[in-house]
Amino acid sequence: MQFFIEVLIGGLLSGVMYALVALGFVLIYKASGVFNFAQGAMVFFAALTFVGFKEMLAKHLGMDIDGSMVFWLAFLLAFISMIVLGIATERIVLRPLVNQPHITLFMATIGLTYVIEGLAQMAWGANVRGLDLGIVDEPIAWLMDNYEIGVSKFDLFAAGVAASLVALLALLFQYTKVGRALRAVADDHQAALSIGIPLQTIWRVVWAVAGFVALVAGMIWGARNGVQFALTFTALKALPVLILGGFTSVPGAIVGGLIIGASEKLAEVYVGPFVGGGIEGWFPYMLALAFLLVRPEGLFGEKHIDRV
Amino acid sequence: MLYREAGQFKASYAEDSQIFPIRQDKIGFWLLMLAFGVAVPLLANEYWLKAILIPVLIFSLAAIGLNILTGYAGQLSLGSAAFMAVGAFAAYNFILRIEGMPFLVAIILAGLTAALVGILFGLPSLRIKGFYLAVATLAAQFFIVWALVKFPWFSNNSSSGVVTAQDVTILGYTFATPEAKYVLTFLIVAFMALLAKNMVRSSTGRAWMAVRDMDVAAQVIGFRLMRTKLLAFAVSSFYCGVAGALYAYTYIGTVEPEGFNLDLSFKILFMIIIGGVGSIMGSFLGAAFIVLLPIFLDNFVPMIFGDSLGAGFVSNFQLIVFGGLIIFFLIVEPHGLARLWQIAKEKLRLWPFPH
Repeated sequence: MQFFIEVLIGGLLSGVMYALVALGFVLIYKASGVFNFAQGAMVFFAALTFVGFKEMLAKHLGMDIDGSMVFWLAFLLAFISMIVLGIATERIVLRPLVNQPHITLFMATIGLTYVIEGLAQMAWGANVRGLDLGIVDEPIAWLMDNYEIGVSKFDLFAAGVAASLVALLALLFQYTKVGRALRAVADDHQAALSIGIPLQTIWRVVWAVAGFVALVAGMIWGARNGVQFALTFTALKALPVLILGGFTSVPGAIVGGLIIGASEKLAEVYVGPFVGGGIEGWFPYMLALAFLLVRPEGLFGEKHIDRV
Repeated sequence: MLYREAGQFKASYAEDSQIFPIRQDKIGFWLLMLAFGVAVPLLANEYWLKAILIPVLIFSLAAIGLNILTGYAGQLSLGSAAFMAVGAFAAYNFILRIEGMPFLVAIILAGLTAALVGILFGLPSLRIKGFYLAVATLAAQFFIVWALVKFPWFSNNSSSGVVTAQDVTILGYTFATPEAKYVLTFLIVAFMALLAKNMVRSSTGRAWMAVRDMDVAAQVIGFRLMRTKLLAFAVSSFYCGVAGALYAYTYIGTVEPEGFNLDLSFKILFMIIIGGVGSIMGSFLGAAFIVLLPIFLDNFVPMIFGDSLGAGFVSNFQLIVFGGLIIFFLIVEPHGLARLWQIAKEKLRLWPFPH
């Protein structure tokens, strides 16, 4: 039982990290109907830019690389880079493709993925880099002593970050003028345009926010697994989360992430040994697929009605 | 001036529904077939045959497969490489395990196996569409590659699933030289391309296109969705499966499941985007473009920027050019190279007059 709970908690916490990436997808899909395959590449780009700026600041300005000054400055610079990237994407890729079928936009973001990956590695090199956020990846002593359940401090920290990010986004959506405009655009492009909401500005804001989410996700994933090319695969981890939770729902991304994370780890531990292990790669997809057969729009997605 | 159709009258339905209704096109087509079927194997050197011409043909076949599914039936798939893997490993096992299995029969059986697997993974398309389906096809991609690695039976217990293709022998003749392999590939690909062209021109193809344009409407006017969609998945996977078998037997020789990864699936998707979605000829143009581009860039980039940049720069530059071209084509010419070719032909018909 203890083992089961340990696996479950580990799964749930890693699910939070999936949800963090899925969140970026949902934001963009909600506001612009673009299924942004490049989100994984953006996570990679953001993390690499953050580490790159950190190294650069430490080298050229002679600052302490682990100091909080360097950390926040690099964070700010990386965030600005993500904003620039978002605006450039909107201007160069999305604007000429307005009114194209969704599938075309999707394929354009696959192209964008390659461009971003190439740019990131060209700018900062392809070496694997470590990233230290100052939180150690070790079990919490108190839980270990009293209940013999190993829960990593780092995972808990990641969950905390994800939770506060979601809260922040919820506040942004609910209580600010931009948030209201965002919801209006997500609801109906045409209606939003007709009451004078500048669509393109909103899109830029959304891409910038998605860039911010990618930056946070990239830092956490990067601290966990090292800042390397494999970060782009986080997108592949987030896709089943999305189809499970529904493309248009922020809570869906969180709940989907938790379900996928937990079931994936449980399946690996309890089912994996019977079929030779390594089922983490496809199990989430199969789970999501089986789920879709019952509920094609996902857990919280909007029901799709065709008009003939 | 030479490209005129004046005086060519169609007197029967059969004449009107030819693939090449214009005489000049027909002549050009046969010249092209002669060039690639006879002149190329006689003249081309080993490097061209092995590194460029054979892969272009094989990828064209895979691209035709994906084009049938995505371009004609409108079901976006990100798992075409997995179906190639099924074809490659099925052909290997048929030849290995059945005594005296003729190569061509093995290829067809491999295609049929891939078609079966394709139908299985096409089943969700009856319930879900669009992005949901695209993501669902990723399940096929990951599951199939995983299964091929995990179950050693598929690769006859070799380590990490690497298999070496047996000799290709038809009626006692062994296709060992690159020239022979090229001719074999060429014949198979040409035959299957003709088949595909006729399929998409017939009622089957029209049913696919109706489903692509709007499946609810297609259902309302009497197309059976299940049959049409699953047939598209089956035919598409059959083509990918045969392409996979050829990939193993006439191109690479030694294949492993990991070689058929998501990157290859994307590459095939790029071929149909750049070549032309919903065009058989576009599949060939796209495949040629995607195979030639890296080779071109490998030689071209060091020439312009000097050798000092290193391999990392070239590969990153390649990524950017690849992605940039995809975006460029989607923006400027969503119908790809095939559409450019069509425009050029229309211009040629009028040339040198403006109207």
